[in-house]
Amino acid sequence: MTTDVPVLEDEIGVGDYQYGFHDPTDKYVFQSRRGLDRAIVEQISEMKSEPKWMREFRLEALDIFFRKPMPSWGGDMSQLDFQNMFYYVKASQGQEKSWDDVPEDIRKTYDRLGIPEAEKKYLAGVKAQYESEVVYGSLQEDLSKQGVIFTDMDSALRDYPDLVREYFSTVIPSADNKFAALNSAVWSGGSFIYVPKGVKIEFPLQAYFRINTQNMGQFERTLIIVDEGASVHYVEGCTAPTYSSDSLHSAVVEILVKRGGRCRYTTIQNWSNNVYNLVTKRAKAYGDSLMEWVDGNLGSRLTMKYPAIYLMEPGARGETLSIAFAGKGQHQDAGAKMVHCAPHTSSRVISKSISKDGGRASYRGLVKATHDAHHCKSNVVCDALILDSHSRSDTYPYIEVNQDNLTIEHEASVSKIAEEQLLYLMSRGMSETEASAMIVTGFIEPLVKELPMEYAVEMNRLIELQMEGSVG
Amino acid sequence: MSSLLKITDLHVSVEDKPILKGVSLDIRQGETHALMGPNGSGKSTLAYTLVGHPKYEVTSGSIEIDGTPLNELDPCERARLGLFLAFQYPVTIPGVKVADFLRHAVTNIRNPVRKEGEGLIPMRDFRKELKERMEQLGMDIEFARRYLNEGFSGGEKKRMEILQLAMLQPRFAILDETDSGLDSDAVRVVSEGLRKLAGPQMGVLIITHHERLLEYNIPQFTHVMLAGKIVETGDASLAHELHNQGYAAVRQRHPHEAAEEQERQKAAGPGVVVGAH
Ligand SMILES: Nc1ncnc2c1ncn2[C@@H]1O[C@H](COP(=O)(O)OP(=O)(O)O)[C@@H](O)[C@H]1O
Ligand SMILES: [Mg+2]
Repeated sequence: MTTDVPVLEDEIGVGDYQYGFHDPTDKYVFQSRRGLDRAIVEQISEMKSEPKWMREFRLEALDIFFRKPMPSWGGDMSQLDFQNMFYYVKASQGQEKSWDDVPEDIRKTYDRLGIPEAEKKYLAGVKAQYESEVVYGSLQEDLSKQGVIFTDMDSALRDYPDLVREYFSTVIPSADNKFAALNSAVWSGGSFIYVPKGVKIEFPLQAYFRINTQNMGQFERTLIIVDEGASVHYVEGCTAPTYSSDSLHSAVVEILVKRGGRCRYTTIQNWSNNVYNLVTKRAKAYGDSLMEWVDGNLGSRLTMKYPAIYLMEPGARGETLSIAFAGKGQHQDAGAKMVHCAPHTSSRVISKSISKDGGRASYRGLVKATHDAHHCKSNVVCDALILDSHSRSDTYPYIEVNQDNLTIEHEASVSKIAEEQLLYLMSRGMSETEASAMIVTGFIEPLVKELPMEYAVEMNRLIELQMEGSVG
Repeated sequence: MSSLLKITDLHVSVEDKPILKGVSLDIRQGETHALMGPNGSGKSTLAYTLVGHPKYEVTSGSIEIDGTPLNELDPCERARLGLFLAFQYPVTIPGVKVADFLRHAVTNIRNPVRKEGEGLIPMRDFRKELKERMEQLGMDIEFARRYLNEGFSGGEKKRMEILQLAMLQPRFAILDETDSGLDSDAVRVVSEGLRKLAGPQMGVLIITHHERLLEYNIPQFTHVMLAGKIVETGDASLAHELHNQGYAAVRQRHPHEAAEEQERQKAAGPGVVVGAH
């Protein structure tokens, strides 16, 4: 028997989370004290030398946050202690353009996560956010020549103040929900992307988010503006080390896709299971544009995330593909919102969830049409796969429609792995674990095949890891 | 030395209902056996039991390969020992590509000690081999990219079973009505396919109602099953006789088992049609 494995990690059952390592924090440049009040918010704004309007925006949002009650639906947040968190942690002095200049501890982390490799191979640009601040950034030269902006939110506020001010918080107001308000008060980092008219970015832009400090809150703020006829695919990946006490990830993502534009936003999140992941994502899609959310939710203790698309003008299309995997001690409360604000708009939601070892996966979705949104189409398909009898899956579809002249389809299925399928695969030499993993991989394949190759491979590998040792 | 699959006095129950009542059968590598019998006599039960279907409980008797008992082994371990069943009703696995599935299967069968997560056989070698095999069986290479049995016609499913047989090259192959529900062209393809594959390295048990498969693959032994027992064993001519004359004569020669068959049908209740041919 080995005795050098920390007992704590075993107790909370996260010993096998592959990104569970953490780095020393003693070389950090700055760390706010625990807790949240006006002084902390002012300090964050001060450290960032922000314009006055942003400081006021933050303070107003903080008031809203304190005023709003905790949501009474969704998941269990009773263990979440806002006053025990660190709201702003700065690990290095600034943002580097070369990996070699990133502080060694941090660089090693990203090396272990495979980020520099990925950049070399197939990405048009990369941002790496470590704790509260972006530590590394790059963008292909030809893209910046065409006027593409891909930077972190703090730099954007400094370098493109008018653009930021014009769009910031126009998609998600602070008062939208308690966690949007929290993010608005203490946000730091995140990506800012502007794609000029007609510019089509062929390769994905990627951001990588990493929480390292225990009891850390990460509140990145992302704003993407896709101008008329332009297109972009943005990919984000998230991990955190394994600690015995909780961290909070509460991002806000706002997207505008103008006439004829296309935006795909792909998230592969694999948080350790002590992270509360409470994220507000919303896009506005204008005439004949296409907005797509592709959302892979693994890990975390509780995820509450319902990417929304507001279809603002005729011809706008919205699509959300989501995969949720709820393992031991995890609750994935995920879904989609489609709001048809104009006639002749269409939306599609495909959601696949897997629950195992007592995990709970819920689909919570809203399809809404305003009174003049006639001739709209919406199609929602939710499939759940439950791997054992103590795991759970629920579906909460909400439909709010004041219109007869539209088509809404909703299908939901819940299945178990059939004995016949296991036998068939095992009779071809597959072990039970391998057979189950293969069935699960097949179950999510319709979504995985929408991912860029490298992410599809990673996704399947993550699923295999989740499945290991799960049977017998 | 050629391997031996030895079945001794096998009794099998499904949901506590006895189905097989003492089946004994020796199959050597290189031999072809035919297993015939009316519907419901227990042929598929024998096939499923051999590959280790968890629903089929061996209440007594044994299955051995070269003296290694299989009773305690799971289906994966049995497959890795060289046992293969072409299913009467192949199972659909949505979203799993034929090529991915086969690459895993081939790797495991050729390297029986492989643990999950360990490396697979090299992609290039595998592709080449798969392509060759598919061409031999007259299959479109596109099939490798399709999801396993999803949306396949009856004939395509059966051909997929034969492709798996070809790739896995088991020591013992059981074919459960691989020729049923196919048009005559498809039966020919499957029959020819099997003939090419079966050789001195393969022991074959063919469960069938038809002659065609046996014309291409002439059995040294024909066994007749009735009410969970093998009541007669002969050579290829017995298969021919059964095909032409049905099971009336067999029932007459084995009144005890025929009566049991009747009992079973009654117990199954109306609406269940048993005993064609
Ligand atoms: N999975 C099962 N569940 C319940 N009964 C079964 C099952 N499999 C077989 N049986 C019963 O066992 C008997 C033999 O069936 P089977 O082996 O399929 O016969 P055959 O393949 O010779 O037509 C039948 O009475 C059938 O109803
Ligand atoms: Mg049968």
